[in-house]
Amino acid sequence: MEIEVRPGLIGARVQRLEDPRLLTGHGTYVDDLQLPGTLHLAFRRSDHGHARIIAIDTEEAAAMPGVAAVVTAADIADGVKPYRATSRMPDYHPTTLPVLAADKVRYVGEPVVAVLAENRYLAEDAAEQVAIDYDPLPTVIDPEAAAQPGAPVLHEEIGSNVILSRSFSRGDVEAALAGAPVRVAGRFRMHRKTPAAMENRAYLADYDQGRRALTLYSSTQVPGIVRDSLAEILDIPGNRLRVIAPDVGGGFGGKTPLYGEEVLVCHLARKLGRPVKWCADRLEDLTTTSQAFDEIVEAELACDGDGTILGLRAEVIGDIGAYSIYPYTAALEPVQVISFLPGPYRVPSYHGAVKGVATSKALTGAYRGVGRPISTFAMERLVDMAARELSLDPLEMRRRNMVRAEEFPYKTPVGLVWDRAGFMECLDGAAAAADYDGLRAEQARARADGRWFGIGLASYAELTGLGSRISAAPGMPVNTGTETASIRIDATGAVTAAFGIASHGQGLETTLAQVVAEELGVRVEDVEVVHGDSDAVAHSTGTYASRSTILAGGAATLSARALRQQVVEAAAHLLEAAQADIEVADGAIRVAGTDRAMSFPELAKAVFVEMGRLPRELREQVDLQVTKTYDPYFGTTAPATHLAVVEIDPETYRVAIRRYVVAEDCGRIINPMIADGQVHGGVAQGIGAALYEEVVYDDEGQILTASLVDYLVPTAAEIPEMEVLHLEIETEANIGGFRGLGEGGTIGAPAALANAVTDALAPLGIDIDELPVTPDRLFRLIREANKDEN
Amino acid sequence: MSGGHVVRLRVNGVDHEAEVEPRLLLVDFLRVQLGLTGTHVGCEHGVCGACTVILNGDSVRSCLCLAVEADGGAVETVEGLGRVDDLDPLQEAFREHHALQCGFCTPGMLMTGIDLLRKQPLASDGEIRAGLSGNLCRCTGYQHIVRAIRASVEARDGD
Repeated sequence: MEIEVRPGLIGARVQRLEDPRLLTGHGTYVDDLQLPGTLHLAFRRSDHGHARIIAIDTEEAAAMPGVAAVVTAADIADGVKPYRATSRMPDYHPTTLPVLAADKVRYVGEPVVAVLAENRYLAEDAAEQVAIDYDPLPTVIDPEAAAQPGAPVLHEEIGSNVILSRSFSRGDVEAALAGAPVRVAGRFRMHRKTPAAMENRAYLADYDQGRRALTLYSSTQVPGIVRDSLAEILDIPGNRLRVIAPDVGGGFGGKTPLYGEEVLVCHLARKLGRPVKWCADRLEDLTTTSQAFDEIVEAELACDGDGTILGLRAEVIGDIGAYSIYPYTAALEPVQVISFLPGPYRVPSYHGAVKGVATSKALTGAYRGVGRPISTFAMERLVDMAARELSLDPLEMRRRNMVRAEEFPYKTPVGLVWDRAGFMECLDGAAAAADYDGLRAEQARARADGRWFGIGLASYAELTGLGSRISAAPGMPVNTGTETASIRIDATGAVTAAFGIASHGQGLETTLAQVVAEELGVRVEDVEVVHGDSDAVAHSTGTYASRSTILAGGAATLSARALRQQVVEAAAHLLEAAQADIEVADGAIRVAGTDRAMSFPELAKAVFVEMGRLPRELREQVDLQVTKTYDPYFGTTAPATHLAVVEIDPETYRVAIRRYVVAEDCGRIINPMIADGQVHGGVAQGIGAALYEEVVYDDEGQILTASLVDYLVPTAAEIPEMEVLHLEIETEANIGGFRGLGEGGTIGAPAALANAVTDALAPLGIDIDELPVTPDRLFRLIREANKDEN
Repeated sequence: MSGGHVVRLRVNGVDHEAEVEPRLLLVDFLRVQLGLTGTHVGCEHGVCGACTVILNGDSVRSCLCLAVEADGGAVETVEGLGRVDDLDPLQEAFREHHALQCGFCTPGMLMTGIDLLRKQPLASDGEIRAGLSGNLCRCTGYQHIVRAIRASVEARDGD
């Protein structure tokens, strides 16, 4: 038998279907929607880090021209149920999240008063005229001080700022440390970061009084979660509540929580019977969108004389900000730090403990990488420090400890399981691609010339595409482990595939169309992907946590295969052939080896319109629509090694990145062009975390980085060319053989750069244990080192 | 919004006249008054470049420019480039090289790119990167944007 080899659509460099509209200005972001009669919302926000509200005077604001309403917490109590992020996790204390602050404010930027006016200019004019009388309270800024007994408490009902505690243990780490020939320890600090998506958060609520139905257009990553939450908070059933995420201008985790502004626009639209819109400005984004990566890790690593890791011990403090974020809880990031700290290595004994501490700052939540940028930074620094103690090359140190191919599935010290993935292949791949030995020789020459030239490695593994067995956040009462695809061929023969995901830059309109097209036998451009709409499927969440390709790709595969079977059944009858002889490819249905064929429109007409062409029992069986849900149950391991080469300018202390190499295993690639883009973008954000980006609060809780002049998002001039090596190691952990790759770039880059800068400054004996390593920090470190020497 | 100041602007070759408040930003005039929502607002303080348009032949931040300042001028926005079924060569290069992900910064990147391609030699990638350094992109890591502009420079110079 001759086998026809057709180039597969999965793996093809298909041009993105979403691009033409986005390139011509015809994308539709929330602020582009202009509904007649819309009222515009502006907020008067707290300018105190911690204060009691004594009185609010809205009289003058309410009398301003164009003002429709001025709203305080007391005005919304009747229509908005209080909500808080609950969890089954022990030692966790939820905090009630006020939509508008009632008695107290707990961070600068917290919404207190909302003003509705005919346009945004007038709303802001009036918001300025609101007078709020505060009684300032002591702020809690330093998370370690905040955790101490006697510190001022933000949430009196909890009685402490320690909102959560958790620990993991395996083996006798104390004994391992006590007997170890080599012990290295450090205190690693990563400073707070903000996602800074280019589109600020924006919400528009439209209430249909006739149907008593509410539609929220939201720049959210999770329309399904927002719909389900609002249904409870506002007491509206899901069939009269629709959340649409139209084109969304990036998220990176910052658009995964439910925000009070979303609740408020819905409540006010329903109450006033007019559309209500709020679009954050950049000040509001930098002060109120969820922040992240704010942890202190004190850790110690013990090794044998040949470098074999014996044990790891860590105490972590996470600065969670003023409230526990909804619905993920404040545990999301800090717990992830101790879950992933052992990295891709064999760690026989481990103890990791974490405390999440409330402070007078913006809330923290999910941000690309969630916890693993910090855990990888700490562990990869310790691995390099141990290598130095042992006079081992960092590459060799990693080779000796990394989980080997024959050891999968490998259970980590916290009980996570690494399935077969290219750990060592990535390490060796990055070293080979970068010509590691050649780089060391180049470094030797540079050092001889007195130049600060460094090479840094970072290896990690993450768990992507989590199924229902593993919660995205510990104990959270939201299922993030399943995904549904509903695919139909309509009466015109057109294919529509609806999903619960919400693409906001990932190109899922294209990659999911590739999967559907391949499995169904149509052309990519024939598939219309519907996403970002809570009405698309019955239950959904959205796009986050490197899940969409694995989960939605799996659901697409299951649904499209079942739909293809329907097509084959109907076509076999209509073309009078055996099912085994029916071929479906490129949108055409043929009988193999004959010239008998039909198109999808012809098939659809025969099924839906031309009664009598199919027998009755087949008509009831073949309705050309299939809905299937996919649950990968566990997760899929995705490892990588990053290699950075840096040179530090001895006058400006600028860290220039000379080379940047990523070798990563993302399983079967659907679209190599999109895979490259995901890695590039992730690395750029990791470079930001390593060298530039830092949210700074002063002792009073005032945020000093509230503009893009002060909060430094890297530009094209700072980000280098990156070399990306994709290793497509097979996996059976999910149906498509995919591995998630949305977050990895951000996980590896801070550690690789911290190691590279440390390596560059090895002649001065400087260890980088605080990120970002800005010119200012480098200046201080180098001055201190020179002082010690003199 | 009204306020007695008449503004006359040619936008993408079409003449417009409107009465505006003196404080109205050019970007709000384009987006709200004219419905040209392809130009985006990312920071309102002139850093991110999402709102970049070409005014009288030079790229400007339409969030830092008042509509009344542009009076009598000619504005080019992303809507004046190609159409979905007939992309302009730079738009085509962005698509070919995957130079956009979420698309929010893209109109500003395109208008900056058009301005650079008209005026600068862009002999090296370093020059392209310096030229783009007033426009933030959070998705792409810039590499594919640089590649798209490089391809456009080569097409321009007949390489």
